[in-house]
Amino acid sequence: MRIDDHPILGTFEKGQKVSFVFDDKAMEGFEGEPIAVALRSNGVKIHRYTMRRNQPRGIFCAIGRCTDCIMVVDGTPNVRTCVEPLQKGSVIQTQVGAGPEVTRK
Amino acid sequence: MRRCEMISVGAGPAGLAAATEAARNGVEVLVFDENDRPGGQLFKQIHKFFGSEEHHAKERGFDIGYGFLEEAEKLGVEVSLSSVVMGIYENRTMNVLIRDRIEQVRAEKILVATGASENMIPFPGWTLPGIIGAGAAQTIANIHGIKPGENLLMVGSGNVGLVVAYQMLQAGCQVSAIIDAAPRIGGYEVHAAKVARYGVPFFMSHTITEAGGEKWIESATISQVDKEWKPIPGTEKKFELDTVCIAVGLNPMTQLLDMLSCKMVPVPSLGGRVPAHDLGQETSIPGIYVAGDSSGIEEASTAIIEGRIAGLAIAHSLGYIDDSSFLEQRDRQFKSMVGLRSGSHGEARKIAKEYINAVMKG
Repeated sequence: MRIDDHPILGTFEKGQKVSFVFDDKAMEGFEGEPIAVALRSNGVKIHRYTMRRNQPRGIFCAIGRCTDCIMVVDGTPNVRTCVEPLQKGSVIQTQVGAGPEVTRK
Repeated sequence: MRRCEMISVGAGPAGLAAATEAARNGVEVLVFDENDRPGGQLFKQIHKFFGSEEHHAKERGFDIGYGFLEEAEKLGVEVSLSSVVMGIYENRTMNVLIRDRIEQVRAEKILVATGASENMIPFPGWTLPGIIGAGAAQTIANIHGIKPGENLLMVGSGNVGLVVAYQMLQAGCQVSAIIDAAPRIGGYEVHAAKVARYGVPFFMSHTITEAGGEKWIESATISQVDKEWKPIPGTEKKFELDTVCIAVGLNPMTQLLDMLSCKMVPVPSLGGRVPAHDLGQETSIPGIYVAGDSSGIEEASTAIIEGRIAGLAIAHSLGYIDDSSFLEQRDRQFKSMVGLRSGSHGEARKIAKEYINAVMKG
């Protein structure tokens, strides 16, 4: 999935390799890259299920505009994973509908 | 409230060209961009540009981007990233969401260089994961270094469709086909030839009629269309694949201009409703300028020239350039534009831009 040697761009500059959790599974990605990219490189295609029809959704615009790729990140729902940087130890969950209710701290 | 002479909303090719041109002439410039990196779509353009040297021909998009950033820094242009301009209000005041705080800023002149968003076409199954915008494919592969999928279909044969299809081949993906409902290839022949050399088949007068798959796209069905663009039964072809890229055009992002009630004109050849503007890129609202795709869909090279024109016009109206010097410098930019707005693809845009300028005059 990752492009190791691009004919024009060569190799891609990435942050440190870090581990994170997706739906209770341990995964690895690079710090600072969008969460969606880290998930995609681990074979994850479905980011959420819609509220009324329970239909799967994934990456669509990849620039933070369409909000199709939103997920629950560290307990916060509706995070645009195509622009949200991956952090060490992030806990990412498939979002169902509007996601879990968040209690304000 | 912070005040400055000029604000560019957008740090893409148009915004950066305007910012550097204005700053070179003495204007104090602040640039906002909602993304966490500047350059707009330039850094995704890994192909070489056309035109002559002054249009950055033979340079790749990302190199042009780096050039602009270096120049902007040298000239003291402040580029504020992760900064969403939420609205522009009376007296050129704007609210900007900078990470988690909101700031109010006021400028003498504002350039809206917000670019464009992608058009989409709905069809049965179009919401399945794996169906993405061509821009998404480009971002994922060229910026983040992963393949959007292994095997894809490109819907649309305009320059975006052709260039992105080629870039997906460079990224190591298979491209099953490029289809277009129009009878002829929409983009430049050079781009089409590059993909054709890889053996990618083109299906003209074809549209996508269905995407199959349970939770992820697994197949795409295309059908030939008749003269009324309706699918002809019995002409279906099915491809097994994991990705479909949609490249069916762009439309100008004009929300901020709409908010200001700028005069808008419907111009299909420029991507939809576009803001009326004069030869100096100023809209119907004094002090509000446009350049690049937000003023009508064209190309990065034309966006750069429009940006420079806007930058010059702003420097002139702020009194940094005298009349004769302004006209001389602007004329140079007009001349540079001639080659880009000519030929089979550019002529229609030239006529459309002249129409928009005429609308401004009333």
